[in-house]
Amino acid sequence: MMHDVLFYLFAAMTLAPALLLVCSRNTVNAAMLMIVSFIGAASLFALLQAYLLAVLQVMVYAGAVVVLFLFIIMLLDVGHEGRLRAALSKLVAPLAFFAALGCCSVLAILSGRGGEAPAGLEASPAASAESFGMLLFTKYQLAFELTGFLLLAAMVGVIFISRRAIPAGNRTEGKE
Amino acid sequence: MLPVALNHYLIVAALLFCTGFAGVLLRRNVIVVFMCLELMLNAANIALVAFSRYNATVERPMMDGNVFVFFVITVAAAEVATGLAIIVALYRRRGTVMADDLTALKK
Repeated sequence: MMHDVLFYLFAAMTLAPALLLVCSRNTVNAAMLMIVSFIGAASLFALLQAYLLAVLQVMVYAGAVVVLFLFIIMLLDVGHEGRLRAALSKLVAPLAFFAALGCCSVLAILSGRGGEAPAGLEASPAASAESFGMLLFTKYQLAFELTGFLLLAAMVGVIFISRRAIPAGNRTEGKE
Repeated sequence: MLPVALNHYLIVAALLFCTGFAGVLLRRNVIVVFMCLELMLNAANIALVAFSRYNATVERPMMDGNVFVFFVITVAAAEVATGLAIIVALYRRRGTVMADDLTALKK
């Protein structure tokens, strides 16, 4: 019973900010709404007993990623968007597609079999960090190392992309 | 025993994905489009964790889905850093982050 109530609370906490984000005109507000949505998703993880993933979600997404977004929003000073897209003709196709996708996925899930409570396991194996560590350093060793390399490559790439551009006089191509 | 069924989590994930998708299609601000992409990744993560939890048995603990979420979070962090660097470079060149104004390839 408690689980049910918490589930609906956290589901609302995940979905409502996401909807508001899509409609918000202020980019800083959108970043703040994103934090709430990510914390809602982390709560859903905790409800599913994936505690390590819940902590990671809060630290990486609600922490690092949102801070990075806010930093860029303030660096570029693009906080306010002005009017949202108003042309109705441009709205019809995406909204129709969105509605169709949403209805289809919800129907597909509802018509499917399953959805009973998990059999046999009172405590999820994902509850302990140990089970993650065991898999990461045995079965997924290669993927783990490659992910580390990917982070290094991303870091070098970011430094390369965001370095100060060559002054306009030295550039060979024409100015826009 | 969990009273809320797997379907409930999957519907939340589907709705979150659709919301993010609508944002990607509708919004003009590239930064907001990027945020909506993160929402879509998040929706996939919720589905993965829910499937892992509800299909786990003592013989098959189904940790692979959870470990996959771990990797998705890591790769998403790298993706956000790279994407935002590209947006900064774009803004320096063009002075805008509105997708409607970035039409260089149309001309």
